[in-house]
Amino acid sequence: MSILRQRVLPGFGLSLGYALTYLSLIVLLPLAALAWKAVGMGASGWLQLLSAPRTLAALRLSLGGAVLAASINAVIGLLVGWVLVRYRFPGRRVFDALVDLPFALPTAVAGIALTTLYAPQGWLGRWLEPLGIQVAYTPLGVLVAMVFVGFPFVVRTLQPVLASLERDVEEAAESLGARRWQTFFRVILPLLAPTLLTGFALALARAVGEYGSVIFIAGNIPGRSEIAPLLIVQKLEQFDYAGAAALGAAMLLLSFVLLVLVALLQRWSQRWAESSR
Amino acid sequence: MTLELSHLNRRFAGFSALDEVSLSIAPGEFLALLGPSGSGKTTLLRILAGLDYPDSGSVLKGEEDFLATPARERRIGMVFQHYALFRHLTVTENIAFGLRVRPWRTRPSRAKIHERVDRLLARVQLDGLGGRYPTQLSGGQRQRVALARALAVEPDLLLLDEPFGALDALVRVSLRRWLRELHEELKLTTVFVTHDQEEALELADRVAVMNQGRIEQVDTPEVIYHQPATPFVCEFIGKVNKFGVRRHAGGLAAGAWVCEGDPWPERYNAAWAYVRPEQLRLAVPPAQPAWDAWLRHIYLAGSVAHLDLHVPSLDQSLEADVASEDLARLGLQAGMRLRVAPRSAVLFAQDAGGHTVERERWIWHAQDRVHA
Amino acid sequence: MTSRLRRRPLGWPRRLARLVLIVLALVFLLLFLVLPLTTVFIEAFRQGVGAFVEAIRQPEALSAMRLTLLVATIAVPLNVVFGVAAAWAMTRFQFRGKAFLGALIDLPFSVSPVISGLIYVLMFGAQGWFGPWLERHDIKIIFAVPGLVLATVFITLPFVARELIPLMESQGSEEEEAARVLGASGWQMFFRVTLPNIRWALLYGVLLCNARAMGEFGAVSVVSGHIRGLTTTMPLEVEMRYNEYDYVGAFAVASLLALLALLTLGIKTLMEWRYGDELATHAPGGH
Repeated sequence: MSILRQRVLPGFGLSLGYALTYLSLIVLLPLAALAWKAVGMGASGWLQLLSAPRTLAALRLSLGGAVLAASINAVIGLLVGWVLVRYRFPGRRVFDALVDLPFALPTAVAGIALTTLYAPQGWLGRWLEPLGIQVAYTPLGVLVAMVFVGFPFVVRTLQPVLASLERDVEEAAESLGARRWQTFFRVILPLLAPTLLTGFALALARAVGEYGSVIFIAGNIPGRSEIAPLLIVQKLEQFDYAGAAALGAAMLLLSFVLLVLVALLQRWSQRWAESSR
Repeated sequence: MTLELSHLNRRFAGFSALDEVSLSIAPGEFLALLGPSGSGKTTLLRILAGLDYPDSGSVLKGEEDFLATPARERRIGMVFQHYALFRHLTVTENIAFGLRVRPWRTRPSRAKIHERVDRLLARVQLDGLGGRYPTQLSGGQRQRVALARALAVEPDLLLLDEPFGALDALVRVSLRRWLRELHEELKLTTVFVTHDQEEALELADRVAVMNQGRIEQVDTPEVIYHQPATPFVCEFIGKVNKFGVRRHAGGLAAGAWVCEGDPWPERYNAAWAYVRPEQLRLAVPPAQPAWDAWLRHIYLAGSVAHLDLHVPSLDQSLEADVASEDLARLGLQAGMRLRVAPRSAVLFAQDAGGHTVERERWIWHAQDRVHA
Repeated sequence: MTSRLRRRPLGWPRRLARLVLIVLALVFLLLFLVLPLTTVFIEAFRQGVGAFVEAIRQPEALSAMRLTLLVATIAVPLNVVFGVAAAWAMTRFQFRGKAFLGALIDLPFSVSPVISGLIYVLMFGAQGWFGPWLERHDIKIIFAVPGLVLATVFITLPFVARELIPLMESQGSEEEEAARVLGASGWQMFFRVTLPNIRWALLYGVLLCNARAMGEFGAVSVVSGHIRGLTTTMPLEVEMRYNEYDYVGAFAVASLLALLALLTLGIKTLMEWRYGDELATHAPGGH
């Protein structure tokens, strides 16, 4: 006999249908337009675009800067996360809340604020200038902005894991005679590695495409401190839609490849962390 | 009206949760679905509740196709395993929920709802706690709120999913007795799922023992305990000693012990024997067949003492239970030698290939009733 | 992990190490987060309160504020409805392609804001897929308000869904099933059981979604066309003033946005303290 199979909880068709339609219209269709436009440019157009020194320099700055910024964030994020989770000191909660500032502060605001600070006459630039360090309007400025926007990711991914890390493990290591730094590098760090990589990947993804906070401080000197997203904007302003689409597609592909690499690394470190448990 | 479940099948990816399950539930009875986790008991309960559907089979309530009736029209009260109380509603609001969501034509008046909730609160012994939120209650109290909420809609069928699973041992026993009394009073058809055999045997009128999606046996607790239908039921219910017997000149025997008069003289030459710990005689007279056993240890567990007996001729240990107060009377001490034999046993034939033939069951009783 | 009794007092090398770590972390936070934030307000009031007030009372500033509010008022509710629907489908049913749907929801977080704007230009711009058709019917999307809304919707699409999915996953569907067995209709179940259970997480998602919607720069900058008084939102107004060397004006508008950010952080922190157990465990909320 056939049974009229019903779902107990209602709304499957409605909710899934709505979500899919919405995603198709807002995300899939426009991305398809990008792919279509990019492919339409043909192989020779791609080759010409991607071999242009200016394009290459911009991509190198966006990707290289993002990797470097995410690495810096991994180290500083670990320090800040550790201090916020492990130690008690006055004002801890305020500082903890402040970690999210780069999420909340509009990028344009962050951009002009950082530029003002690091400009040669700025509060920080004034002190760095005599040391021969110029931040604003150089690739170093791009890096500073990228570190700023990616900062919360590592801290926020690490915090819950740090909090749930069993103290026993450390105490066991110490009871076995390990010194503090040995405990840290041999016990704690391997346990944190997968999470650290997650935070790294998030910070990386954010920094690769970052625009608002970077363009003010970068100075945008072609071939030197010009990021890839800005190049896209400029192509759009010159009505080179195909070029903009191709560059956009190239960026998406590159960051996708980068993230897949990080995911593989993460899987590997996770397996290692689990097998060593 | 009798609920008739026939040939229910339900497959989940890779395994069969229900496999040709047929069962009839009489009005007013208290039925337990007992089995280990993954045996399909919860799936069966969810199908009755309308929270899941079988791939094939039927459930009839009299003439009515129960499966075609949506969950909300089945007149069911259900108590979920973790109670599923609405955490943002007070106890009173939780209990009234089923009445308040009725279409206005059938919805009782405010005063009526209020009155019924008060009555239920008294019934589940929670008077005065109506204004609390679920998080402010103990586990036992939450369980009773869940029950009151289920009873508020005046169901024809009450379903309980592991109703005592999340409670600690003491509360569990008292709630169990209370639930039984409530059932005597309301005579409401009740089906409950449990993995705790003690709970099932103590509470239910009938117990359905489930294993791997099949019902192994449905019967009263007495029959389930004393006449288990399958090896699984033998092993799952209560404690049991298991050993192999082989055919000798005098019949099926294990070591020096023979169980005379088997029904399979021409067909099977071996069988598995199951003997309950309290069905072992400890001082068999020399004239009767028995094993020589060595009492290795006495585990005193309150009113009962568990004896660890090693039987060299079986090359295994058996467990025997005696009342603690009988220990001294029988002069039992660790290290002593005893002559041991079963008083009764349940046997399942083994075919030539060594496979158990489940439908060939034989319940054996010692002929002479000389008690040790 | 709350305070656990220390078994033995710390020796001085350890106390020193602790102090050094705390100081390092705080110096970084101060220099890197607090200082830029302070700069915004100092620069805004550099020429006094009068200049500040005048800067934000100019008609362009006011119209930018109105536009920012308008865009957020459209984009946020759209993503709330989407987020609830997506979370319901994702957490209450099993279906093929669920992991793919999840990845799709997260996708806008890993797309550069500039590309988020670009894809709509390629759809609706003069040379885009629908460009000629739109032109014939005299409908403007790019360099107009609809484009701003679309880009903002794309950028903020994951916030509500991402907040709801882990929470609804961990809450399970037992309460909803109980409501159904007790006779509730679909909508009764939704409004009386589901919605009350997710209200704080929903509000939290709305808060983050709104902050991002009002502060988005890259994506809207691509589709806006920077028409003063018509298609400039507050972040775009900041950029234009800054590029015109109107620093006080730029920072004045920026300070309003910074205030919004602080307000968001404050409410967010407050909610985490009070209703932490009714929110999902916090994975970072994206950009």
